[in-house]
Amino acid sequence: MSLVQRNAWTLGLLVLFVVLLGVTRAIQPGFGVSGLESLARAALPFAFATAAMAVVVIVGGIDLSVASMMAVCSVTAAVLMQSMGGVPAILITLAVGTAMGLVNGALIVLTRVPDIVVTLAMLFVWQGTALLILASPGGTATDWMRSAITGSVIVDGLPKALVLVALVVAVVWVPVKRSKLGLAIYATGSDETAAYRSGVAVGRTRTLAYGIAGLFSACGGLGLLALTGVGEPVPGPYLLAAVASVVLGGVILGGGIGGLLGPIIAVFILRIIRTILTLAAVDPNVTTIVEGTIMVGVVMFGAVLVLRSRGAGP
Amino acid sequence: MTPSDDPLLDAQGVAKSFGAVRALTDARLTLARGEVVALMGANGAGKSTFVKILTGALQPDRGHVRIRGQSAQVGSPAQARRSGLVPVYQEPSLIPDLCVADNLRLVDTPVDGFRHWLTELAHGDLRLDAMIRDLPLASLRIVDLARALAMRPDVLLLDELTAALPTDLVDRVLTVARQQAADGRGVIYISHRFAEISRLCDRATVLRDGATVGEVDIAPGIEDQVVEMMLGARIDLGKRAAAIARPRPEGRPRLRVENLAVAPKLVDASLALHPGEVLGVVALEGQGQDELFDALAGFRTPLSGRIEVDGVAAGFRHPADAIAAGLTLVPGNRAEALFRERSVRENIAMPFSARPGAWGPLRMRHEKARVAEAIERLQIDTRAQGEVQRLSGGNQQKVTIGRWLAHGVRTMLLFDPTRGIDVRTKRQIYPLVRELADQGAAVLFYTSELEEIPLACDRAIVIFNGRVVDMVEATEADEERLMRAAYGLTGSEGAA
Repeated sequence: MSLVQRNAWTLGLLVLFVVLLGVTRAIQPGFGVSGLESLARAALPFAFATAAMAVVVIVGGIDLSVASMMAVCSVTAAVLMQSMGGVPAILITLAVGTAMGLVNGALIVLTRVPDIVVTLAMLFVWQGTALLILASPGGTATDWMRSAITGSVIVDGLPKALVLVALVVAVVWVPVKRSKLGLAIYATGSDETAAYRSGVAVGRTRTLAYGIAGLFSACGGLGLLALTGVGEPVPGPYLLAAVASVVLGGVILGGGIGGLLGPIIAVFILRIIRTILTLAAVDPNVTTIVEGTIMVGVVMFGAVLVLRSRGAGP
Repeated sequence: MTPSDDPLLDAQGVAKSFGAVRALTDARLTLARGEVVALMGANGAGKSTFVKILTGALQPDRGHVRIRGQSAQVGSPAQARRSGLVPVYQEPSLIPDLCVADNLRLVDTPVDGFRHWLTELAHGDLRLDAMIRDLPLASLRIVDLARALAMRPDVLLLDELTAALPTDLVDRVLTVARQQAADGRGVIYISHRFAEISRLCDRATVLRDGATVGEVDIAPGIEDQVVEMMLGARIDLGKRAAAIARPRPEGRPRLRVENLAVAPKLVDASLALHPGEVLGVVALEGQGQDELFDALAGFRTPLSGRIEVDGVAAGFRHPADAIAAGLTLVPGNRAEALFRERSVRENIAMPFSARPGAWGPLRMRHEKARVAEAIERLQIDTRAQGEVQRLSGGNQQKVTIGRWLAHGVRTMLLFDPTRGIDVRTKRQIYPLVRELADQGAAVLFYTSELEEIPLACDRAIVIFNGRVVDMVEATEADEERLMRAAYGLTGSEGAA
């Protein structure tokens, strides 16, 4: 299989995104650099939440506590930044996020309770934890943190927020994917029994995948803090949005197939669709209907294409 | 094997129980350098449990498995690999969503060695970037085997590897396995095929009822001795004289199957089943009987051949089609047939209430009377309101079969209905089956336990290697005759 074939889904999403950008320009000729920048800024927490979700879905699980973990990380960083510098606060927050993810994973592996049940329970646990840390929105973000996601970098029209997401995901995920751990993650998600028989430490692999998801959730929490400037203890609408982007991004619920690039492009697609509908003055309630319809449509269309190219019927 | 020479693998006194079921009591196996040893046993002898313990996937309750004299118990498949034992399982252990090269990396397989063995196994042109999911079954087995060989294992365990392979590849596999032994390594070979075992193996270790009952050196004409060892003295399940010579029924059969082929394992099956008849199906595991029953129940579409119900050709595209044609499957796995959380009463009533077209309100009084009658006949020793999952396995199976007594059934497909059921309940199930037939039902009865054939059936067909190879009357169906037939030792498909 060629490189193009293997990444056909991701390339298709990229084309779709470019087309949608064109549509936006057509509706609103004034949509330019600043429009792109605010799109990327708004997409930042969604992108990290989606990266977190994608990793656990690839390993064959699901993490319903992503948004709650983001809330914990957002308030942790907001509180710490008042008492210490930005950098230590960020490092501690990343560690906290990773630890929460590892706890999720370890609970799933040790108790053998299904992922969806454990992470649903942890959704409430982390939600309560966030409120214990900060009962109402508060704390602060450092100025350099806020400016880190504002404006463009290198050339006009390349938003800093976008570069940041790409950089962080690349730094975390590329080494993992190239390592034995990455193979083990895909193997476990694809066929857990076969992986076990091949000598993969399945339990450790799943736990580590949840740990990576926790790390991405921490990035999402930090992104949220940078975006709003205050720590927000109540989880945002990131859980279902992340699941939607993961599915649209070509990751198969059930595991083993997909990557992180597709889901992150899907985040931008879902955001820009929202922008287009807003610009076209569509009723906000209709907007969600359209979003849902597009998701089902694209995934169905993609499945048909895949079946055609394999030359096999259902 | 000289006494000073440690065996490559030494398993002694291995025992394993699952709840009340004692799968293994005293399994033993030794393998010396340069040896190929066959592990044999009839269905239910404990072979697959033993294999799981040898490869570290299960831990024994008692006994030990030592690889190359190491005293440590093998704790996991990964550890077994490091000790030098690499298995090739019946089910390929390759990851479907990874390409061949990634599957190699996953277990640190040397690629050069892998390529070498691929060429030896006639797959030199296989691309390493091919996805496992896209490869045909035979190639999967070859990739699995080449990957195992590339690890240069001291002990290679081949579990029914050749079942899915065409003849020319089987020859290659046997050559390669023999070569391993010639290089001073060892091979454990698990197969039902005497022809292959006599070509390849030095010794056979025979397992029966969870214990190793003997070892024999492979020599010409050894088959009879091995069959005898696999049978041994079985528990007498009922009156031996139960088999009565019933005349072959005349007239139009209820169900006729002609030259049926169903992917992947059933090649050519023909049979005729008459009302009032219980026709047994004898087959070792994986000879195509699963495909036969699935096709008759509408779960799988046949590749070719013909199914006739009451003389009319039937093309089942959905289980509902088969049910509408009067074919009822009782699956081997009881959990697939019952609603475990619901009561016995509801489970007995279910086929009746769910009958196609019965959308109107249930006729409760009518239903209650029928259910009460059924429960009484089944002698189920529990309150009828209890959840089905609280019944013993045997009583659950009585419900799955007996409920059809209450509703009437035209053609019943029983797939290994007595698997894992105690002897006393088994004795209650045979009369149930008989009663169904006496009511006019036609019954197809597959069982993995040969001694049941003369007790429950009028006659039996034997499936070997995807083909119906023999037909035995119940009066002649002693276990030895059946076992020989099941191993392909009679008829034209017999041992080479």
